[in-house]
Amino acid sequence: MSDSTTIANAAVAEAGHPHHGEHPPFQRHHFESVVQQFDAANFAMWLFLLTEVMFFGGLFMSYLIMRNWYYPAFVEGSHFLSIFWGTSNTAVLITSSFTVAMGVWCAETRRKKGLILCLILTFILGLMFLGIKGIEWHAEWVEYHVPGLHFSAETFLNPASAPEVYKEYHDKPLSLGMANKTELYFFLYFAMTGMHALHMVVGIGILAYIIFRAWAGAYTTGHVTFVENFGLYWHFVDIIWIFLYPLLYLISRHQ
Amino acid sequence: MSTATIVSLPDQSTARIPKVNFLTKENGLLSWLLTGDHKRIATLYLISITFFFFIGGALAALIRLQLLTPGAELMATDTYDKVFSMHGLIMVFFFLVPSVPATIGNFVIPIMVGAKDLALPKINLLSWYLYVIAGIMMIYTMSVGGVDTGWTFTTPLSTHYLNTHVVSAGLAVFVAGFSSIFTGLNFIVTIHKMRCPGMTWFRLPLFVWSNYAASVLMVLGTPVLAITLVLVVLERTLGIGVFDPAKGGDPLLFQHLFWFYSHPAVYIMILPGFGVISEVVSTFSRKRVFGYTAVAFSSVAIAVFGFFVWAHHMFIMGISNYSALVFSLLTMLVAVPSAIKIYNWAFTLYKGSITFETPMLYALGFMGLFTIGGLTGVFLGSTGTDIHLTETYFVVAHFHFVMVGGMLMSFLSGIHFWWPKWTGRMYPEKISQFAAVVTYIGFNLTFFPQFILGMLGMPRRYASYPPEFQVLNVFSTAGATVLGVGYLLPLLYLTWSLKYGAIAGENPWQATGLEWQIQSPPLTENFAETPIMDHEAYDYDWLERKQASEVASV
Repeated sequence: MSDSTTIANAAVAEAGHPHHGEHPPFQRHHFESVVQQFDAANFAMWLFLLTEVMFFGGLFMSYLIMRNWYYPAFVEGSHFLSIFWGTSNTAVLITSSFTVAMGVWCAETRRKKGLILCLILTFILGLMFLGIKGIEWHAEWVEYHVPGLHFSAETFLNPASAPEVYKEYHDKPLSLGMANKTELYFFLYFAMTGMHALHMVVGIGILAYIIFRAWAGAYTTGHVTFVENFGLYWHFVDIIWIFLYPLLYLISRHQ
Repeated sequence: MSTATIVSLPDQSTARIPKVNFLTKENGLLSWLLTGDHKRIATLYLISITFFFFIGGALAALIRLQLLTPGAELMATDTYDKVFSMHGLIMVFFFLVPSVPATIGNFVIPIMVGAKDLALPKINLLSWYLYVIAGIMMIYTMSVGGVDTGWTFTTPLSTHYLNTHVVSAGLAVFVAGFSSIFTGLNFIVTIHKMRCPGMTWFRLPLFVWSNYAASVLMVLGTPVLAITLVLVVLERTLGIGVFDPAKGGDPLLFQHLFWFYSHPAVYIMILPGFGVISEVVSTFSRKRVFGYTAVAFSSVAIAVFGFFVWAHHMFIMGISNYSALVFSLLTMLVAVPSAIKIYNWAFTLYKGSITFETPMLYALGFMGLFTIGGLTGVFLGSTGTDIHLTETYFVVAHFHFVMVGGMLMSFLSGIHFWWPKWTGRMYPEKISQFAAVVTYIGFNLTFFPQFILGMLGMPRRYASYPPEFQVLNVFSTAGATVLGVGYLLPLLYLTWSLKYGAIAGENPWQATGLEWQIQSPPLTENFAETPIMDHEAYDYDWLERKQASEVASV
């Protein structure tokens, strides 16, 4: 267990016995103690994240197989992603993980202003991430790289038709069969980043609710479970991105 | 059959149902729809899955009527396809998966571990609402024309060739999946974190162990089904190509992803049933379950092995011979923990004081039918015989023996066993024994001929068949009629017993579980004070001492 959990346990344990034998208002009736309540909610969150790992696992598995089958298509598809925006987004997301961790610490140490500040910063960084993702998706739309809706393999049959990418990588033209397989790469790109972005949207929604509640002082009385579990969720979404970023952007940088 | 019984009811002239219990604590529709009480949610689940069971059953009746004659007289071929697909979808996702865990498990697991409720009551309620939403989506699908992919959503059939409501059916199953994830998650957290003082892992009733194993499967398997269905829906609506060979995708990838959930799902459907049988066999032979630890770990072993056998559904689909070999071997391995269970139950019966109340009759039926279902699974797990038998009625008979002969028998066993605890009243014993026997006979008559039909080569999923298969099909349809009576009877007499059944008292079976030491129906908080577990599970000596001291103190 990490330090922050220890602090949290100490905080709830302290809150759990303010008077002899009385329960704090946030203890649900079916728990014996606040510590048990905190442990149960925390454990449930980890289990939920495990289901999320399995959920994303299906996509990662498909990516792994398809990349092995259609290697050249996946390499040249990857060249169309912007390293600049991808790296910026990674930085934005890691910073947001830091602010959310600080937020949890503020809640545990009952710093209401600090908590609200951290949560609002996280909120803004989350929106920034989605904004940058939107810029990237728009670029793919312009290049006819949206599978099923707006797709053409032209840039892979004739790489020189996309001068900026060509200048950097000098891609060779793909055969017609292989060029068509780039649609699969872009589908997996959109499916994986889209599913990730959906999790960000849900997270930002919950965050808005938490900010509203924090304003009313809900999380600075010793009952930090909800903020702590939200933090776990946010870090998890961050970690998914930490895997997506090298797999989609960096992996074919030197090919 | 001897008339010996262990049933001990309180004096009916003075006995009353306790005035305060979880059913009477609060009144009004909202007190049910917004409840956090695991026992009330279990009741809501029981009503909903019974509803879907009878829809699925009506569809099964249509299938058997159609197959009474060789031609496609009753329905057009495409209607028949829809009928068996809806039968499969409803029975698998809306009855079998939630059957024992979401109803009986929901009701007794918190009590068995000595807790006041599941760890996450709101998530438990959310799970039921998701189930209802999914159910409404499925009924919508059915009312606008249904789906004819089979319950397996096989690509490219489901994505390219059919004009039916694959999307709404897929999304319904997606939502139902999250309902089962939340149930499983809740059970795992509860069993880890909510056990009462003294309740160590190896003092837990085996019902808790088997539901724990099933919950692990729900939590790890169901999300993979969810993403697979999302991909099918995207393939169908946008044509993204992941399962489409024309675009470089692979239908076999769908099979791998789908069966990665759906094979473990058959253990989700059967493991909780094993738990019921352990409780019932012990109670009605007055003995501790033989080899408690082995039975407990065999559940875990089934959960672990269950994740590594999925490709045995794909032997004829063009997977490599080497992987077929490995998956065949692993499939045989699952037989080991299953056999451990059957043998241990048999040894529990050995020299036990056996009585034949209804739950025990269903449990004995289970042991026979599940053994046949399991052994025919070995035929299908062997690559050689599988090529001949797969996609025939042999497969249909095999999984109906496991799912219906196994899970449904254990579900009915469990419902009868815990009915007195749930409602405070006994079901009528004679007619229910009769129903159990009728079910057993009807079941065998329905599905045993299908083994022979499959051996002879009758393919599944066709609306018509060559005339030489008619005799066996008539047997099967006749059996289905008997089976239908066997399922209708409990619905009638259990409803009747709600008002007219004998008052059951705390412990009509003289069973040892914690749930039998509290009033029936239980209080909303289950226990007046937190129990302390000071004995092993199934300790009948402890029960005797406890009852002796109670008599002495009176």
